[in-house]
Amino acid sequence: MHLPCFIQKIRAGGVNVNQAVEALRMENITKVYPNGVIANKSVTFVVNQGEIHALSGENGAGKSTLMKILFGEEQPTSGTIFANGQKVNISSPTEAIRLGIGMVHQHFMLVPSLTVAENMMLGIEPRKGLKIDRKRAEKEVREISHKYNLPIEPNERVEDLTVGQKQKVEILKALLRGAKILILDEPTAVLTPQETRELFAELKTLRSNGYTIIFISHKLNEVKEFCDRITIIRRGQTMGVYPLSDISEQEISKLMVGRDVILKISKNKILPGAPAIKVRNLKILEESGRVRINNISFTVREGEILGVAGVEGNGQAQLVKALTGLGPYHSGSIELCGTDIRKKSVSDIRKLSVAHIPEDRMTIGIAPRLSVTENTVIDKTDNIRFFTRLGLSKSSEIREYGKKMVRDYHILCKTPDVSVESLSGGNIQKTVLARELSGGPKVIIADQPTRGVDVGATEFIRRQLIAMRDAGNSIFLITSDLNEVLGLSDGIIVLFEGEITAYLPDASNVTEEELGQYMLGIKRQSPEQISEVLHEQKD
Amino acid sequence: MNRRINLIVDLTKMLLIILIACVLVFIIVFLTSQEPADAVYSFFVGPFTSLRRIGNIVEAATPLMFTALAVIIIFRAGQFSMISEGAFFIGILGAMIVAITGRMPPGIHPLAAIVFGGFCGAFVASVPAVLKMMWGVSELVTSIMLNYVVQFFTIYVVSYHYREITSSSLASLLFQETSAMPVIVEGTRVHLGVIVALVLCFLGFLFLQRTRLGFKLRVTGDNLHFAQYAGVGAAGVMVSAQVLAGAIAGIGGGAELLGMYTRFKWTSSPGYGWIGIVVALLARRNPLLVPLAAAFIGYLNVGADIMARSSDVSREVVLIIQGVMMLLIASEALLQHWRQKLIVKAAEKEAKEGNDDAPPELPDASIGGNDIPYTGVDTPTPNSPDQEGL
Repeated sequence: MHLPCFIQKIRAGGVNVNQAVEALRMENITKVYPNGVIANKSVTFVVNQGEIHALSGENGAGKSTLMKILFGEEQPTSGTIFANGQKVNISSPTEAIRLGIGMVHQHFMLVPSLTVAENMMLGIEPRKGLKIDRKRAEKEVREISHKYNLPIEPNERVEDLTVGQKQKVEILKALLRGAKILILDEPTAVLTPQETRELFAELKTLRSNGYTIIFISHKLNEVKEFCDRITIIRRGQTMGVYPLSDISEQEISKLMVGRDVILKISKNKILPGAPAIKVRNLKILEESGRVRINNISFTVREGEILGVAGVEGNGQAQLVKALTGLGPYHSGSIELCGTDIRKKSVSDIRKLSVAHIPEDRMTIGIAPRLSVTENTVIDKTDNIRFFTRLGLSKSSEIREYGKKMVRDYHILCKTPDVSVESLSGGNIQKTVLARELSGGPKVIIADQPTRGVDVGATEFIRRQLIAMRDAGNSIFLITSDLNEVLGLSDGIIVLFEGEITAYLPDASNVTEEELGQYMLGIKRQSPEQISEVLHEQKD
Repeated sequence: MNRRINLIVDLTKMLLIILIACVLVFIIVFLTSQEPADAVYSFFVGPFTSLRRIGNIVEAATPLMFTALAVIIIFRAGQFSMISEGAFFIGILGAMIVAITGRMPPGIHPLAAIVFGGFCGAFVASVPAVLKMMWGVSELVTSIMLNYVVQFFTIYVVSYHYREITSSSLASLLFQETSAMPVIVEGTRVHLGVIVALVLCFLGFLFLQRTRLGFKLRVTGDNLHFAQYAGVGAAGVMVSAQVLAGAIAGIGGGAELLGMYTRFKWTSSPGYGWIGIVVALLARRNPLLVPLAAAFIGYLNVGADIMARSSDVSREVVLIIQGVMMLLIASEALLQHWRQKLIVKAAEKEAKEGNDDAPPELPDASIGGNDIPYTGVDTPTPNSPDQEGL
């Protein structure tokens, strides 16, 4: 915001100078949360009509807060908002919608058991007497879906849709309510490359129809590819607005993080050892009887990272739960470090030197109101180093350990005694990592280890995982970040509808497109190719 | 910084609550009394006019300390069992049986009676806990229902097996003289039970902060999903917490019986478990603050008694005050605005100091242990475990 907007408008490629009308202006927004966190410090954010404007920054930089303020979900401590030149007070999402601001949340706000039309019309149903006019609802959905070239079947149930289709429903829902400014919160995080490209095409159509799009993303290559301008936020402050034609990915990431970041993942080749995770003919049924994992077998060897690629919801969550003892499995066997884990409790499995970095760390990965130190020793209460045999804690040992963890894992906090919930997302994940990796694990189940983590912390976490692998440990990596699965893994298996559809022994030779085809179920390898992942000698 | 702000706000909140309670007393008294000055005097100053009355405060506070400690241990484990009422009453029954039938020397007799009372309390408390563990039955519902079962069972046992037949009202047989708890302050009825309570409060604090089980208990109470994920054995922890709490309440019942009475004379459950919840909340779920909170509630009770005796205002006034206080304690939003303002100010000041000369730099996460505080995001939050509300 330091250069006059006018010059930037001219410099911004793809924006017609005559059309550059301010659609939205957030001026000097400051937000202090009740716990004292300053999420935004005098941020000014301006979006022009008919542009795709990227909003980038590390996790905890204040992007989400800014957008929550814009959508009326949070109130700013100070600052003003102008929509179409008018000063406005956005007190609630309803008010935001009335002003033509729509939001597509990262986690979809849809009712799975209702149809597409019912979801879209929720709260604004066309009526015929006392009844809902289903015919008209359906017709309206068809019309709007046709108008914006977002094909969707109104009578389909939302639970049967793919992630990409659900996103379309969310976008249409916002458009139907008269949104002229669309906020998309990390829309590509859950999409395959093919779906991502489709989304970009749709968003470009919207732009040419005069819609304004605010695109929140960590993925710099996407931002670079199709956004017009970018606002970068670091630590609650704007680092400037740039037309994307004038700035490189490297420069953006430097502005975001404040230093040069190595975006490429580099690792040495090492020879894998004996099998550490052996899964054979595993079948997992849901309580409803639905098959989530259908008869899969694979092996992860020592000194190997086996990546799991796949669109979310294809059985990854159930597989991880079964491997860590948190969920049941129906038939087949799981062997960790040579021990069959059937009927074993979570703590029994942990005692086999198994570490688990959970996907949803805020829900299951931490005790939020306990200190960083306490969070790093909770799995070590049987260790004679921290608790005497009578069960009394050795406070000084524990305190020292907490300090060491904070130091070794670069957890940024005032002291190790502060509660974990006061840390940023990346530092919470580092706390989880410190606990899980410091116990000397042989098998590490890493579920989305860098999701929602900022660039700097991502780099650190990846490097830690590679170091663990180089030390001869086995890592089972589940991630929806294609860049990560390709860069970090040695071999990759692809999960599609609960089955392994491909085994790619050398991740460095795989392209995103190829992987995407397996992930969407377009292509499938032969059983012989897939069984290579067992690493068993054939007679 | 925030910790200090929270302390200031919390203390002010407590003072405000007490002030509101006092104002309420004034209003009620002035509305109902013919001689309000006397009533107010006897309510506020009355409890301190003699050693015996000060003793009364301690006597009133003693059972509350036990039940409040039990409530704290249950709540800190994330459970909502209301069993401390029933556990306290069954503890009375257990101790009574030993006190009447036991033939033991003086020192051992009360000890055995109280221990047996604690055992009874633990048993009763384990019922809702086990039901929850096995079949997922809500401990809130089962514990409340069980309190009635305990009450009528106790009354039945006393009426049919230990009743003093010569007495017209319900009373048990006289306890053995060897079973009495010694009085520790001459001229009052303050008995050894208060020492037991104080020691237990301190041990309760140590248990929560300094032992393996206490640590697991706090983790389970903070985030059950995390406890399961970390392999803490959350189900076992939840049951142990309730059993332990039941034992504490049961011990409290035994100590109360042997310290204050020579016969069982209750016709219904005395309600210490319920008031214990008020005390636990007033103590901010911290065992170390329990004696203070219990003493305050005890003071209100004694004041009300004296007022009822020496003026024309009834002692039910205290129940009104307790109800209002519970509402005020539970109201998280009280003074929240002020707290927010203080925090904003502190955060802004801190940000200014930290970032005056240099633009914010993220410390290099890759090399060395750089301990620069990340003031933008990492400011500590209010909730240290012993400061948060319910």
